[in-house]
Amino acid sequence: MAETLPAPHALVNGEPFPLDAPVPLTDLVARLVPGCVVDGVPQGVAVALDDAVVPRGAWGATTVGPGARVEVVTAVQGG
Amino acid sequence: MLTIAGVELGSRLVMGTGGAPSLLALENALVASGTELTTVAMRRVAPPGPGAAAGDTSMWGLLERLGIRALPNTAGCFSVREAVLTAQLAREACGTDWVKLEVIADDVTLLPEPLGLVEAAEELVRDGFTVLPYCGDDPIVARRLEDVGCAAVMPLGAPIGSGLGILNPRNIEAIAAAASVPVILDAGIGTASDAALAMELGCDGVLLATAVTRAADPERMARAMRLAVEAGHAAAGAGRIPRRERALASSSPEGRLDLAL
Repeated sequence: MAETLPAPHALVNGEPFPLDAPVPLTDLVARLVPGCVVDGVPQGVAVALDDAVVPRGAWGATTVGPGARVEVVTAVQGG
Repeated sequence: MLTIAGVELGSRLVMGTGGAPSLLALENALVASGTELTTVAMRRVAPPGPGAAAGDTSMWGLLERLGIRALPNTAGCFSVREAVLTAQLAREACGTDWVKLEVIADDVTLLPEPLGLVEAAEELVRDGFTVLPYCGDDPIVARRLEDVGCAAVMPLGAPIGSGLGILNPRNIEAIAAAASVPVILDAGIGTASDAALAMELGCDGVLLATAVTRAADPERMARAMRLAVEAGHAAAGAGRIPRRERALASSSPEGRLDLAL
């Protein structure tokens, strides 16, 4: 029996995120947190790509490809 | 007026937000507390999908709406690297370079790990952060944190969430007397008298969460804490009487009746 290769994906917040081709980080965040996008810019969230923070201004020029590890975080109750 | 890194805050009570029964209860408590600075934690946004709500940024929205400055924390970080990355993410998400720095030794005691704390503080100060470290009640650790450029020091009164009050008042008093940055008593507060005592010992502010959010009536306790911090600060400035071994009459003996009874 032929092994089924897993579909290409990135790891977004620890979960597999199907990804055939690289996508701009802005699009990925907007899909993940549609409620926080104001004037096309997501508010109140931050992104780390492979353990490095990606400044908001660089999201448009940054692409996420299969195999990438992405963390998208926001402020929650705590402390 | 509490001034941290040149920013004036109208309240000396810094609130945490963990443990509130609902967002509405939290909002009412925050308003009743009069706080102008409130901690938030950084966590993964909820994944979208069938049955799951899309990413929730309501905590962020609440503070924006109330006009309260957010103080992101690095709660849950056990290493320098985790704490630094979390602080950098918080700066991006919350648009502030202020951070309540926590480097926790283990998840049983939840006590600060002093060596990692000083190292992370130094790195974040170099990176342009305004660092408010959560530390133990050791005056020497507090001094080291000030030396590396922290904007305040925040010694614990007792372990997080314990409500035991201030276990070592002499140390807190020593930290407050020696510090040239604001000292904010953080963690351990159980009730209003604990907050008042912190201020009487010379602290510049008090940070608390559980004492309010898990009180039977959070809004009422928030008001009590606001008054306690104000009262303790006023008492500290008023100059308390010295303690005496024996009684001292407050009424003059002059003109006393001489009754032959």
